[in-house]
Amino acid sequence: MLEVTDLECVRGDRRLFTAMNFSLRPGELLHVHGPNGSGKTSLLRTVCRLMEPAAGEIRWCGSPVRALAEDYLAQLLYLGHLNGLKDELSGRENLAINATLAGSRITPQQTQEALFRMGLDGYDDLPVKLLSQGQKRRVALARLLLNGAKLWILDEPFTALDSVAVKTLQAILAGHLDSGGVVILTTHQEFVIDAGRVKRIHLGA
Amino acid sequence: MFAAVRSVLIRDLMLAMRRRADVLATLIFFVIVVSLFPFGVGPDAELLRVLGPGVIWVAALLAAMLSLGRLFAGDYSDGVLEQLLLTPQPLAALALAKVLAHWLLSGLPLVLIAPVLGLQYGLSGEALRILVITLLLGTPVLSLLGAVGAALTLGLRGGGVLLSLLVLPLYVPVLIFGAGAVDAGLSGMGVEGHYSLLAAFLLGALILAPWATAAALRISVE
Repeated sequence: MLEVTDLECVRGDRRLFTAMNFSLRPGELLHVHGPNGSGKTSLLRTVCRLMEPAAGEIRWCGSPVRALAEDYLAQLLYLGHLNGLKDELSGRENLAINATLAGSRITPQQTQEALFRMGLDGYDDLPVKLLSQGQKRRVALARLLLNGAKLWILDEPFTALDSVAVKTLQAILAGHLDSGGVVILTTHQEFVIDAGRVKRIHLGA
Repeated sequence: MFAAVRSVLIRDLMLAMRRRADVLATLIFFVIVVSLFPFGVGPDAELLRVLGPGVIWVAALLAAMLSLGRLFAGDYSDGVLEQLLLTPQPLAALALAKVLAHWLLSGLPLVLIAPVLGLQYGLSGEALRILVITLLLGTPVLSLLGAVGAALTLGLRGGGVLLSLLVLPLYVPVLIFGAGAVDAGLSGMGVEGHYSLLAAFLLGALILAPWATAAALRISVE
């Protein structure tokens, strides 16, 4: 489904990695690990085309992502270090706008359910700036439940989450893999996923 | 695509309503700058009448500069911008929605208050009418061109100064034909030429600026 061949990433005049190869089939999760500064985030940003690779190619369902352009982006959900939420808007408003931009139609009912599943019942109308770090992360993660994307790219999704939320996220990831989705994530935390297949790559020395 | 453009526009307007201070600051800055000139050059009514349109236009340029820094900065720092780049929507259209919101919040209020400030300079009814029409055609150009500069200087240290250096020279043609129109109208030379040129600037900017902004945003986020 996703094939990466000979990918090379250069940041400034440092070469972060060369000849990176991996491929993911439906139901597979790729766990990228390595020390700080080894290029994990750069790899993730390159795969979602926020950064241009110095060399190599990324293919989605057989076609180069460069040619697919917006058709590829429609299949992709990226969650970076930043939550991508507007502080002055409530969780519900943030999710509704995100969904419209992603081109999916959702009902207020679905938003409500997603926030409930993330344990944010009762917080849905508060401006995000009043929420704690972990709660903001949960709002951002609620996007996973409201999006039809096949490829999830998650940069440190477990940061700031408590143990209950970590379990919920693991269950959501397992559900996505079961339904034939693909996940790429970085984390320093141990996690258990009893679905699909977990692949690992190690970056850096 | 239209749903996405509308949601970006509505979001920016909603944010501005919850952070009214930013919008008011630009407007008050405009009023204060325009009001300072009569103190500086003295109460000579004839002189003020000549200076009026030019002063109002220059103040509008400066007020636009003041608010441009915030156009993409907020979205950049909270990660909303990278999410915009990753939506399956044409980025130029989303950039245009943001520019439109910027104009509605910081251009249109200036146009509406300009006649009141013009009275301070003893401008006649005809002069005020011409001034408002030129501002209506010209201020969207300021937002459109400014967005390119704002996108290019995103995330740079001292970006605000660099933004002024990049964008203010580009505003010169708009300033010349905007401020010149009142003079031309009152001296009986006819203002249609000025209107047409300003409208041409607007159309040109409307077509080219969103693409340039989108390209600059991609570079800045990388």
